[in-house]
Amino acid sequence: MNVGESFNYWVVMILMMNGLYILIAHGNLIKKIIGLTIFQTSVFIFYISMAKVTGAIAPIIEQNTEQTNLLYSNPLPHVLILTAIVVGISTTALALALVIRIKRAYGTVEEDEIQDMDAHP
Amino acid sequence: MESYIHIIILCFLLLTSFAIVRMRDLFSIVMLMGVYGLLSASFFVLMDAVDVALTEAAVGIVISPLLLLSTLAATGRYEKKKRQQPFLALIVAVFTGALLIYGTLEMPPFGSADTPANRHVASYYINQSYAETGIPNLVSSVLASYRGYDTLGELFVIFTAGAGVLALLGLKIKSPKKSRSTVLPPSSMSRHHILRIVSKMLIPLILLFGLYVQFHGDFGPGGGFQAGAIFASGMALYAMIFGLQTTMRVFSRAWLEFFAAVGLLLYGGTGVVSILSGKNFLDYSVLSQSPTDAQHLGILLVELGVGITVASVILLVFMFFASHMTKVSE
Repeated sequence: MNVGESFNYWVVMILMMNGLYILIAHGNLIKKIIGLTIFQTSVFIFYISMAKVTGAIAPIIEQNTEQTNLLYSNPLPHVLILTAIVVGISTTALALALVIRIKRAYGTVEEDEIQDMDAHP
Repeated sequence: MESYIHIIILCFLLLTSFAIVRMRDLFSIVMLMGVYGLLSASFFVLMDAVDVALTEAAVGIVISPLLLLSTLAATGRYEKKKRQQPFLALIVAVFTGALLIYGTLEMPPFGSADTPANRHVASYYINQSYAETGIPNLVSSVLASYRGYDTLGELFVIFTAGAGVLALLGLKIKSPKKSRSTVLPPSSMSRHHILRIVSKMLIPLILLFGLYVQFHGDFGPGGGFQAGAIFASGMALYAMIFGLQTTMRVFSRAWLEFFAAVGLLLYGGTGVVSILSGKNFLDYSVLSQSPTDAQHLGILLVELGVGITVASVILLVFMFFASHMTKVSE
């Protein structure tokens, strides 16, 4: 079995698990959001890797060309991920705004300290 | 040779992500997130996803680290040290990762053309869409025409997220009144002459490039999402160098809120026009006699709506975050 055939997918899974690990193991809310961003980017890389066709060009139709049967990469995952990136940054911004409000209300962004304060008000 | 470059970039991505897991200094982590964004943008170029790369370059390298940095200014730079090692999290992550990697063994090999993902509706887009819409950039025609409903929904998500940020964070700086032309307080960057002069030369070019990406998106890589992100990052650079108040003289809060809604209304209004003419929602064929002209016009309007909303929402969000940063530093 050729390593190059699924190397992209393996990297995606390892990146994804790095994001998941940060999300579970770290208590700092900003670090958690960074973990989510890494998780999210790994999904982007997964989709874009699936769209790639060997020997193909970017999905913009060549108009002035003699060649017929030009191969194009799959445009559909590109569309999905293009919008997902901008939606992702908006939702990240919303999460960061929540973190700022939590900091103002509790004086900390560490998860265990916040839970302590909730338990013993 | 080209087939090895993406493997090297992926290895760098892995290294960066492991460094992010290990480090406790959040400031360095945010800088590494910028590197991470640059690496993934380069990876997208190698994968032929030029439109995605443009977006990731503007969002992942500029806007995301900026927002994270301004949050750090309000919450503190260092992560608290852990008491115990989280073995359970490690076990969960390794186990899930092993299962997922086992799952990828059944995936079709990377780069093959006849996978289910590439055969289904994608080959229709590649073979038919140029004849149907007359637009060479397949990503633009799929985004704004074939999947117009999806894009409208995503634009709503962006708008709502922007409204949520505005509701959660109050703006700490009042917009300066037009009539009062007093001298504004200098920003913290105002003494860095090289930064000022270089950015003065670069900012018009960045904004011009944003407009080019917006209106040339039918023929080359580009479109509303990319243009909005590029335009907003150019203005964010201006705000950093010349101060938030100077920027708000040009783009006041009220105008940005207005434009965020205008973009969405332009998109939705295009759909309503086609309903009123007796066709389906977002059916562009009513806009002109010739079908390709109608598609051109419809996609142009819709992409313009996307660009206006994305640029205004990102700029608004940046201003709200940045106004909290100045409050802390005072």
